[in-house]
Amino acid sequence: MDNNQEQRELVLSLRGISKNFGAVSALTDIDLDVHAGEVVALVGDNGAGKSTLVKTLAGVHQPTSGTITFRGKPVTLTDPSTALGLGIATVFQDLALCENLDVVANIFLGRELSPYRLDEVSMELKAWTLLNELSARIPSVREPVASLSGGQRQTVAIARSLLLEPKLILLDEPTAALGVAQTAEVLDLIERVRDRGLGVIMISHNMEDVRAVADRIVVLRLGRNNGVFAPDASNEELVSAITGAANNSVSRRAHRRQAQSGQTPAPEGRQ
Amino acid sequence: MTKSAEQNAHTTPMLDRRDERVKHAEGVGGSIRAFLDRVRSGDLGALPVVVGLVIIWTVFQSLNPVFLAPNNLVNLLFDCSTVGVIALGIVCILIVGEIDLSVGSVSGFASALLGVMWVNQGWPVAAAILAALVFGALIGALYAVLFNRFGMPSFVATLAGLLSVLGLQLYLLGSTGSINLPYGSPLVEFGQLLVMPDPVSYALAALPGIVMFVLGYRTAARRRAAGLSAQPMSSLLLRSLVITVILEFIVYYLNLDRGIPWMFGLFVGLVVAMNYALTRTKWGRQMLAVGGNREAARRAGINVRFIYTTAFMLCSGLAAAGGILSAARLASASQQAGTGDVNLNAIAAAVIGGTSLFGGRGSAYSALLGIIVIQSIASGLTLLDLSSSLRYMITGAVLAIAVIVDSLARRSRASHGRA
Repeated sequence: MDNNQEQRELVLSLRGISKNFGAVSALTDIDLDVHAGEVVALVGDNGAGKSTLVKTLAGVHQPTSGTITFRGKPVTLTDPSTALGLGIATVFQDLALCENLDVVANIFLGRELSPYRLDEVSMELKAWTLLNELSARIPSVREPVASLSGGQRQTVAIARSLLLEPKLILLDEPTAALGVAQTAEVLDLIERVRDRGLGVIMISHNMEDVRAVADRIVVLRLGRNNGVFAPDASNEELVSAITGAANNSVSRRAHRRQAQSGQTPAPEGRQ
Repeated sequence: MTKSAEQNAHTTPMLDRRDERVKHAEGVGGSIRAFLDRVRSGDLGALPVVVGLVIIWTVFQSLNPVFLAPNNLVNLLFDCSTVGVIALGIVCILIVGEIDLSVGSVSGFASALLGVMWVNQGWPVAAAILAALVFGALIGALYAVLFNRFGMPSFVATLAGLLSVLGLQLYLLGSTGSINLPYGSPLVEFGQLLVMPDPVSYALAALPGIVMFVLGYRTAARRRAAGLSAQPMSSLLLRSLVITVILEFIVYYLNLDRGIPWMFGLFVGLVVAMNYALTRTKWGRQMLAVGGNREAARRAGINVRFIYTTAFMLCSGLAAAGGILSAARLASASQQAGTGDVNLNAIAAAVIGGTSLFGGRGSAYSALLGIIVIQSIASGLTLLDLSSSLRYMITGAVLAIAVIVDSLARRSRASHGRA
């Protein structure tokens, strides 16, 4: 897998990202790499800085220091529309769909085609194309979103984020509040997004989901990098990295694993 | 399903028909079944208002045979137009989930401004009308500032506006209390007498059916070309024909008396324009989005404040237009203009017509349907020579019923998975 990553384009690279809210440092010296066609899971306890990091990438917050390199160029994400324009799409935890509007209207919300005479046919066609590419199971795009299940809504939210053909997609807790079958659907969806060659950053509290789809698991603890794991890492390893118990042994182990695989350690792994 | 396969002779189903779990209505029978399903799940649309109208008309007609006479109905259309335009503004503000309680005062203020500028100051009538409309819209802009910048609930901002604008109206009219608009002037003729010539009214009544068919045909052709399912030609033709027959009959019946008032024509024109704006433009889509989920709309990059501002300005601008029309109807600008039940009639009309008080749902046509219900009640009770005390009570009860129907339908929609 590591070989694949080397060949793939490095979509996003963070170096030394810090974010202070007054006296509180929410993020300290975060390093993170995301390649095209790779799912990176961001895990950590509450307050570890996951959401802050995602918001920084979405352009909601600006980092206090550090550099963001996107597709080889250093960028400054001053606001959400800049991030979106560059090709960083975010699916927020609360899905931000309008329940009274149908699927097409939601996918194109704020980006409707031909503003003075809405082009419903083209929009519906594009909506079906996007949904079919994701092999999504949406019964009808002309029903209000309120009639869809949680998993279907998540699908609509993800399809919407793909409308502008982003290079990187950020998913904040995509499987929270979903049932077993719906979670599986969304995980399938994430794999399909990855197979389209997008970089995916996914925040989750659910270790099972994370291990199911992630190519790499990046642990944050108290706003710092706290190790990078392969998806086959054991639950104990992950939990101890997340909670901070046996902190040193975990990071040592992470280094040892990387050394064994004969690769130069990924930058995230350096503490 | 088999029928559709025969019709299209496609080996692969159309893009939007691949999911076999979804039932799709086929043909005319299917459309009727789909309609019944929708109603059962609480997506009532215009049904309650049509049923209500039938009941109201039956009751009043049996109590007083003059009620459905063409003459009375023509008068009804004249009366509908003034408050109807105000109700159209209320539809706008309700769609974004806010309220304007001051539309009555704004309409009274607009009529006072018209009277003062036109009659007392000798302005040309067009300039006076324009001034009244602009001032009306500015009042809405002020509400929008209070709402957007200071977070003042629209309920409170417009309640304060109700009093202040009423004060402005009384101040403008001064000690005289009322200004008579000259009889024989075009504006008053428009408000009291002018009706469409018969051929014009027949031609206009044929228009909706034709437009519906042509647009429907073009859309269906485009959808088929794009591989999407389309309305079958038979049901499109049937629908256009039914609409045309109904409208032509109404026109024929009203032409037995004076005919269709131009003022009502203006009102319907505004309703159609508003319907287009709400359903077929980006702005309308964003209005519904803001009313449905403000935060989602904001995150989708919609300028939420701008949308609120347009809603407030349209609402009070249309209220001013309604005030001008009612001044023309009464040939006077008085201290009573816009007071009493104007406010609540306008809001009741929008709600009775099917625009939700909870935001995100509504249609321009609800103003038209709702005001016909309200005016039918008013006209029927007047014919029965009932006092205004009873009229208020009955209109109030109808409004309460309409809101109850709205709430129940909303609950039913929630349980059936429709917003």
